[in-house]
Amino acid sequence: MDWWVLSEQEWVAIRLSLKVAVVAMIASLPLGIFVAYMLARGRFWGKSVLNGIVHLPLILPPVVIGFLLLITFGRRGAVGSFLYDWFGISFSFRWTGAALACAIMGFPLMVRAIRLSIEGVDRKLEEAAETLGASPIWVFATVTLPLALPGIIAGMILSFAKAMGEFGATITFVSNIPGETQTLSAAIYTFTQVPGGDVGAMRLTIVAIVISFAALLASEAMARLVTRGNTAP
Amino acid sequence: MTLTVEARQVLGAFNLDAAFSTDGGVTALFGRSGSGKTSMIRIIAGLARPHQGRVVLDGDILLDTERKLSVPSHRRRFGYVFQEPRLFPHLSVKRNLAYGRWFSGLSTKHEEFDRIVQMLGIGPLLDRETSALSGGERQRVAIGRALLSSPRLLLMDEPLSALDEERKAEILPYLERLRDEAGVPIVYVSHSVAEVTRLADRVVLMQDGQVKAVGSPADVLKGRALTVTDRREAGSLLSGVVEMIDPQHGLATVKLNGVSIVIPDADLSQGTHVRLHVLERDVMIATVRPEGLSALNILPGEIAAVEDEGGGAIRVELSSGGNQLFARITSLSRERLGLTVGQPVYAVIKSVALER
Repeated sequence: MDWWVLSEQEWVAIRLSLKVAVVAMIASLPLGIFVAYMLARGRFWGKSVLNGIVHLPLILPPVVIGFLLLITFGRRGAVGSFLYDWFGISFSFRWTGAALACAIMGFPLMVRAIRLSIEGVDRKLEEAAETLGASPIWVFATVTLPLALPGIIAGMILSFAKAMGEFGATITFVSNIPGETQTLSAAIYTFTQVPGGDVGAMRLTIVAIVISFAALLASEAMARLVTRGNTAP
Repeated sequence: MTLTVEARQVLGAFNLDAAFSTDGGVTALFGRSGSGKTSMIRIIAGLARPHQGRVVLDGDILLDTERKLSVPSHRRRFGYVFQEPRLFPHLSVKRNLAYGRWFSGLSTKHEEFDRIVQMLGIGPLLDRETSALSGGERQRVAIGRALLSSPRLLLMDEPLSALDEERKAEILPYLERLRDEAGVPIVYVSHSVAEVTRLADRVVLMQDGQVKAVGSPADVLKGRALTVTDRREAGSLLSGVVEMIDPQHGLATVKLNGVSIVIPDADLSQGTHVRLHVLERDVMIATVRPEGLSALNILPGEIAAVEDEGGGAIRVELSSGGNQLFARITSLSRERLGLTVGQPVYAVIKSVALER
């Protein structure tokens, strides 16, 4: 067998990683846009507190986030037990838990990018839309959102990239179960822990580089596509 | 159509306390920058809320702070043309125009769309991106967009001030057509005497947040209400029909009420309706019919009023045929000629001063 051929278990890790990253990115997007809008435009008590909470995953050690998730979203945690008892939803030691951990770790990056682009939208255009009969929700949907699209795409890519590389919080929260919670990063880590695993680690490292690069290129292409119509007042 | 506006607001050192009402046509809010005219129009639009105030259109109360009532701006159905065009950069010209139509709920008929597009001369621009338009074209699209939202009232906040002289000259005729053809009452904010004279039926003069005078452009735009630079643009508006063209000399004869006037524009065609803005400082007064003079327009008339504007300037109101004409002369000239009300005189206007 040639050294570059991926084993079945490695393929599983790659597919799982992609699934976790995509789900984390898409699931956190609506909340990300909402929080970014609140931070960019809202004037309310506790805005700086909200801002601080959103940025916590960026500052805290990932292991701390993983542990916090474990005690709140674990089967016996306050939120986790409620979700399991009422809806049968469980995060612990499942891939959904990995997605949750990745979403939280990528959230500050996503919100930051979207917030900046919403702040960059000319409020005069929103005012003009208002005088043309658009209610606040329609102004947001037809003016603010389309004009902030480049930042939203950037935020999504950042969230995806963060999810692909997430390791500490995931492994603390949902452990390292092959086929269920063993993502690409965890698989590389596992390889480095066994003798002669370097070749496998190298294979997956190359895959990680390729995926990250592809995501970057895709985001650039999308940003170009979107900004083409968005230039000049 | 009756619009009533009252607003009181204290903003730091600036104190707005103004009220006016109008009965349709074009009402100009005239004043220097900082006089509160933009604050007033934003209050009418619902983009700003005064501490105390009322906005009522035909019995429909849009703002009444006493009753804690304020209709949000998107439900007032007032079109607004801003200083800058504010076109949506992510939409094409056509979709910019369609934006307000969609929200108005009244699906404007195709003929209406075509009529407004034609009136503003924006037909050839429809499929372009907004970034490919010139400043004047953008402002015309912005006006069309506001009109196509089927507004009950059109608010225009210095729509020409961001444009250079040439672009202004390009848009002004469209605004005149808008006033004459669109049938939508307009509140027009401006600090330009020339624009207000050409467009407005009524002028509300604002100064330091207060209304100082209300009346026709000729009655309000005079004397101490104007700065020295403003006065250079002060004048009267005459309207008439082109009677004759002299292509050899590049002249057109315009028939006014009872008199004719020669202007340098051979591109006009017979029967065209024109408006002439005759500046006060371009009109001379003679007590006898002058001879051996290059000026082509010597109009007989009589003095209707003489007003001292201060600083040695006299504003003389002349009536010639059925037309009202103003001349600004020095107090010395007035003494020399001994001008009095009712005296028959001749108004002399150089044709080249009437270049449009």
